[in-house]
Amino acid sequence: MDDLSCVNVTKNFGGFTAVKDVSFGIPSGSFFSILGPSGCGKTTLMRMIAGFEKPDRGDILIRNQSVLSRPPHKRNVKMVFQHLALFPMMTVGENIAYGLRCRGESKAQIRDKVTAILDRIGLPGVEDRKISQLSGGQKQRIAIARCMVLEPDVLLLDEPLGALDLKLREHMKIELKQLQHQFRTTFLYITHDQSEALIMSDAVAVMNGGRFEQIGPPKELYDNPVSSFVAGFVGDSNRWAGKVGAVAEGVARVALAGGDSVLVDIGRHRADTLSAVEVFVRPEAITIGPGNDGASLSGTVDSLLFNGANSRILVRTASGRLVEVADQVGVRSVAEGDTIQIGWPRERALCFPVLPA
Amino acid sequence: MMRSDSSKLALFLLMTPFFLWIVLLIVLPQMGIGYVSLREKLGPREYAFGPGNYIDFLMEPIYWHTLLRTAWMSILVTVLALLIGFPVAYYIAKIARQRSRTALLLLCLIPLWVSDLVRAFGWIVLLRESGLISGALQWTGLASGPVEMLYNDATVVIGLVYTVVLFMIVPLYSTLDGLDDALLEAGYNLGGGGFTVFRRIIVPYAMPGIVAGSIITFMLTAGSYLTPILLGGKNSSWFTEQIYNQFITRYNWEAGATFGVILLAFTSLVIWLGLRLTGQSLATTVAKG
Repeated sequence: MDDLSCVNVTKNFGGFTAVKDVSFGIPSGSFFSILGPSGCGKTTLMRMIAGFEKPDRGDILIRNQSVLSRPPHKRNVKMVFQHLALFPMMTVGENIAYGLRCRGESKAQIRDKVTAILDRIGLPGVEDRKISQLSGGQKQRIAIARCMVLEPDVLLLDEPLGALDLKLREHMKIELKQLQHQFRTTFLYITHDQSEALIMSDAVAVMNGGRFEQIGPPKELYDNPVSSFVAGFVGDSNRWAGKVGAVAEGVARVALAGGDSVLVDIGRHRADTLSAVEVFVRPEAITIGPGNDGASLSGTVDSLLFNGANSRILVRTASGRLVEVADQVGVRSVAEGDTIQIGWPRERALCFPVLPA
Repeated sequence: MMRSDSSKLALFLLMTPFFLWIVLLIVLPQMGIGYVSLREKLGPREYAFGPGNYIDFLMEPIYWHTLLRTAWMSILVTVLALLIGFPVAYYIAKIARQRSRTALLLLCLIPLWVSDLVRAFGWIVLLRESGLISGALQWTGLASGPVEMLYNDATVVIGLVYTVVLFMIVPLYSTLDGLDDALLEAGYNLGGGGFTVFRRIIVPYAMPGIVAGSIITFMLTAGSYLTPILLGGKNSSWFTEQIYNQFITRYNWEAGATFGVILLAFTSLVIWLGLRLTGQSLATTVAKG
């Protein structure tokens, strides 16, 4: 059963369509992310689910019941806000108790639940602290506890890691995933950071211009993107514009802008629809050494970018194109200025038609 | 060294006007008033030192009745100003669009461009027997004869609320302006209805502004002179009028000074009580706001 589903949801602001015909379902207990650049409509979508905006068309169902007619405080979806929105005039305990008190639970019951949830998130005994006395990561956990204590059908998280520094963000990604496992609650997570979405989610929807471009498990988005937007937005890629020349047996020769030509599988695209295309090759698909015809380039090493396991070699081809190559296990067998050949398995090059803007 | 010397000088120069202001205009006059209030007049140029003036005040019911009446009406004015000012401040800070906020605040300030005196006369023009409202009522046939709307408590309260409400709106606006919409949305999202969000989030958040605005409003009202005299006439029985009478009409500086000290002490007591009753303190509200 789906805990949350949206059916053809559309929202306009004046003449601008923020969300276009979005449909999806989130199975119970899963971690679902909506990934998209800022302004793609993901926050509007979340605000509609929470009840702060009304969709112009379509339906939103929680546990198979339409919630469109219910005001925000009558919906059993709880939200962790971008800047957390903890109540500064209340203590930690009062913040967590707020929702329970709104429900009219007894004092003893509230006290027990607050103690239990603080234990569960690993912050026992902080009831009487002020919000300003907490660290960024602790605030994060309190904001989640404040929602989880109400046992929501769905927990919405609106880029909650955005305000944290890098180290803490990396840590919180793992912690969030663990919390979700622990609570077994359906999480709907909104982010523009693809690594957050990929690491934590069971399924990710990539959103662009108010529409969902693709929904799938992270690995599928990464390996088999359906559009040039998804290919470019999820993970790193070398992205080359070009024109399709001859197509034979499902393999097209693409003349890249500025010189060079490569062969790509046209996959599920129809040959006659392809003329202007973009070719995507991931840096880790490329190896140093001569490759097969149409799946290799030659050039000189422009620079070496060291970043631990994510180190890169920048190769400049004769036509001036810069190609990012993953520096496998940091071997660094090359030096700046070396002339080298690079190649990749042909099936790792993807091509998508350039859509008219 | 140079740096610390120059910063000391800057501090000194900055603090000097402040100290002069406090000492010359507030501390010294109050000490003088306090001294005069403890001086008992025995005969011409013959004085003794003692609490006689204060005992006189307590023995004369009309004096402390006036003081209590002033306090009660000032509290009423403060409450009314809060009830009227809060929605206005909330509208300007949270509902009005960003662009129109400054204009709306300026509109609130416009009455201040006209002096207190002229504004009080404005009310008189409207409310007197031969005034605009009385005339309009007669013209429409709602009243058969001239209606006198001046010289009663309701008019004094309305006039005072009008004079002080701005001093309630401005502090309220500045606290409410800092209220993040996400806090309100979180309040709804976690299951609170409109009233709960108002009572448990908006009001506690605005408390520094409410306290600051109420103190300013109450002090201004209790210490106001023109509005109650002009709109309330002889019946206004405002405490400042007693002080004025003692100093100017009866030339009894000792009694006038005593009343002055009593007014200051009593209004301070009322504010202290108000803070205690609402569980607030100056340190956590005004200082924070």
